[in-house]
Amino acid sequence: MDSYQETIFKLKRFWAKQGCVIQEPYDVEVGAGTMCPETFLRVLGPKPYKVAYVQPSRRPADGRYGENPNRLYKHAQLQVILKPAPANVMDLYLESLEAIGIKLDQHDLKFEEDNWESPTLGAWGIGWQVMLDGLEITQFTYFQQCGGVDLDLAPAELTYGLERLVAFLQDRKSVYDIEWVEGVSYRDVRFLDEQQFSVYNFEKADVGMLWKLLDLHEAEAQRLVNEYNASGTDKSRFPLLAAYDHVLKCSHNFNLLDARGAISVTERVGVIGRVRKLAVGVAAAWCDQERILSGEVAA
Amino acid sequence: MSEATQPFLLELGVEEIPHWMIVPALGEFERLFRETMAQNQLETGAVRVDGTPRRLVLRAEALEIRQADREELVMGPPKAAGEGAAQGFARKNNCAPADLLTEATPKGEYYAIRRKIEGRESREILAGALPGLITKIPWPKAMYWTGRDGVRFIRPIRWIAALLGEQIVEFELAGVKSGANSRGHRRLGADEIVFDHATYEERLEKNGVILSAEKRRKRIQDGIKKLLRGKGLKLIPDAALLEDIVYLTEFPTPIFGSFREEFLELPQEVLSTVMRHHQRYFTLQREDGSMAPHFIAVMNLKADRKGYVQKGNERVLEARFNDARFFWQSDLKRKLAERVADLAHVTFQAKLGSYLEKTERVKARARAIAASLGHPAEAVERAAELAKADLTTDMVKELTELQGVMGGLYAREQGEPEAVWRAIYEHYLPQSMDDPIPATQEGRILSLADKLDTLESCFSVGMAPTGSKDPFALRRAAQGAVKLLVEGKMRLPLEGLAGELREFLLERARYYFKEIRGLAYDEINAVLAAQPSDMVDAEARLFALKLVRQTENFEPLAASFKRIRNILKQAAFEGGELNPELLEAGPERELYEEASRVLASVEQHRRSDDYMQSLAIIATLRPAVDRFFDAVLVNAPDEAVRRNRLALLDRLYRQVSSIADFSEIVTSSTTE
Repeated sequence: MDSYQETIFKLKRFWAKQGCVIQEPYDVEVGAGTMCPETFLRVLGPKPYKVAYVQPSRRPADGRYGENPNRLYKHAQLQVILKPAPANVMDLYLESLEAIGIKLDQHDLKFEEDNWESPTLGAWGIGWQVMLDGLEITQFTYFQQCGGVDLDLAPAELTYGLERLVAFLQDRKSVYDIEWVEGVSYRDVRFLDEQQFSVYNFEKADVGMLWKLLDLHEAEAQRLVNEYNASGTDKSRFPLLAAYDHVLKCSHNFNLLDARGAISVTERVGVIGRVRKLAVGVAAAWCDQERILSGEVAA
Repeated sequence: MSEATQPFLLELGVEEIPHWMIVPALGEFERLFRETMAQNQLETGAVRVDGTPRRLVLRAEALEIRQADREELVMGPPKAAGEGAAQGFARKNNCAPADLLTEATPKGEYYAIRRKIEGRESREILAGALPGLITKIPWPKAMYWTGRDGVRFIRPIRWIAALLGEQIVEFELAGVKSGANSRGHRRLGADEIVFDHATYEERLEKNGVILSAEKRRKRIQDGIKKLLRGKGLKLIPDAALLEDIVYLTEFPTPIFGSFREEFLELPQEVLSTVMRHHQRYFTLQREDGSMAPHFIAVMNLKADRKGYVQKGNERVLEARFNDARFFWQSDLKRKLAERVADLAHVTFQAKLGSYLEKTERVKARARAIAASLGHPAEAVERAAELAKADLTTDMVKELTELQGVMGGLYAREQGEPEAVWRAIYEHYLPQSMDDPIPATQEGRILSLADKLDTLESCFSVGMAPTGSKDPFALRRAAQGAVKLLVEGKMRLPLEGLAGELREFLLERARYYFKEIRGLAYDEINAVLAAQPSDMVDAEARLFALKLVRQTENFEPLAASFKRIRNILKQAAFEGGELNPELLEAGPERELYEEASRVLASVEQHRRSDDYMQSLAIIATLRPAVDRFFDAVLVNAPDEAVRRNRLALLDRLYRQVSSIADFSEIVTSSTTE
């Protein structure tokens, strides 16, 4: 039986062999690996790219104080982007399962329709949830649109839910019982994290401050997008990546406010719209900057 | 038809197609193929389509290998245009002027030539037509995968086998070249399968693909029977689930699984929803009718030799049941009544605010409905207050299809009276025309109040459905409301509703009476034109009309009423006093007297809503009406007499039409 980290190593090694850049997790809070610039921005435009990384994904509302065996405030995703999707992408995916020790002729595998959509990011794709003996282990998506932009090359995104997958491989009923490395359990590593952040997110986070942070990050992201659009020269080194970090901060603060029950129904739609506007603004600017950098248009 | 035919086979290899789209797509595939072949004057012989998640297959038993030769007449200039024009025409068509024909047309004589057109090879026609044909198959949501301007299809096309006889029909689509080989099941078969028309299905089956949906269905059913033999367990049939699985698998094999008895303490609704909807398992009953701690899953695999699949599914189910138990216990810690305030944070619809606001509206409406039906309001109001609170529970967030049902179960556990918890439990019924309506009056009132509120509030912000667009399923809500009103015998006038919504409900009522109750559309038109006071009243009139229509006097009388309506319309008659003094002796006076007698009697029966008697008596007017039209000229020269006759007909028409507008009845003897 492989440990949690050994399984991760194997998956990374597998995708490295397919020519993927192996990135490290992004260092800003995100709700899903899709939101990292390595996915959100890199899927835009005509440049091929292949990348894989583990991304801890924070969903404040999913926290259960470390008491529920299958639910986590912060879970880890292995995110793979293949842009463009090769014709044998499904076969590659199946090989990756074999690579972590799943003998596919002894297991039942089904691809069930599951299209993905993120209103906050102006993004959607078409795909499946992959079911292994009745357990959803991967989300498989062909991206069609991101930041409101139709994608030139429809990339394939594979998102493995790592805790679930390893709990399956290690035959554990609770993710907390997963062996992270010999002698150390998932609980040893992560329990306090789950407990304390559940307390913070549900009980202690200062709502007034969160709103203030949301406003500040929004203003900064918007200022940068406006400045980019207004500037005539020097667009090629303009910090759009920094603008995008502020968008991610907005999204995370929104999720915290939501978990705290601080967002009313009418506000909710409005805030999602505000974040989407920023994401769409950055995506459009990014596409423009890419064209400049590739020498397609003059800076 | 030419002698030479060959079998044709087209297999589209596609990444897993959503199961529910396969059957409709096959229908379109076949239709497009037949259409294309007909346009090309090619006979196909029997056509058959089959589908699995990974392939759409079309086979034509005997496709003509080439079109028949035919002749075409090419018209040239008119003869009057002279020699020069004739020579030019001949030159253009590569023939000698001497070969030109003369064709007589209504516009004069024209030069013409007869040209032989050689039939084209089917293989060439197919190669040209198939790419377009395939991409024309309509899908609910298509995608691109070769780039933004690439082909759109439901999922990426990965291989194409196209064989006419033994030859490949060569074409390319989305970068895939058609070939002669098929592929097997992802894990059970080879990547390259060589086959011919006779061995196709057999070769696929050897490679883990059962092509025929019929055979897959049978394999599942037989497999389940075998698994249950001697176990004292009964399958709870689920036809929709069976169809899902048939189209989710290429080689279905059922397996038996179990869960711990202790989970049977959870509500059966929860167990069943988790198993059937979320895990796609069949559920089982013991002989005493109670739920058994077992299930049947269907693999896309031949066998579970090491038992891994069973074990895996059992573990997933146990984790889900554990979650459900956790939700059940933690949800119960907070009473529904305390949760109502939290509904301020649950969106009903962006423009319409929260579920808390909806709750307030539904409560008021339920109270009003109860009052107008003379039903005690207390339990209904309490149920309306709590009805949506389960949207804040973890169980409903996880198993959304249990909304309402969970609220009812939690209310029961928290000691709400039966009338209250049952009303909550049932208040989403009926969700389809096959669903029953709630069993209790409280449930019916709450369900109706909820549906009418959804309709009214959506209509008020301009979200009425248009054409095929109905994102809030308002048609279903309206249909449910009609079903509740009629089958729940709820005598509620529609008058209070806004015009647009009332029309919408009447439209749904027409649909309901016609499609669900099988009544004739003209009878429905006749009754609705008479503006019945409510849906129960409409049903009673329809029932009476249907029976009376079968009597001999009825249809001729209906034809006469159509005539009366036309006469009144043509005369632009706007009403007027009837003066009995002016009536002529004979058929005119007789009609007046007969009508007075009949209408007085009808009046009496109508007081007790006895539509059958009323209509039967009205039908006895026929001889008097017939005699009137035979002998009396309505358009009398004397204006006062004419007006009086119109007044007589008008009175008759209006009074009779207050039950059902007979002139709407379509009769064989109708003359306009």
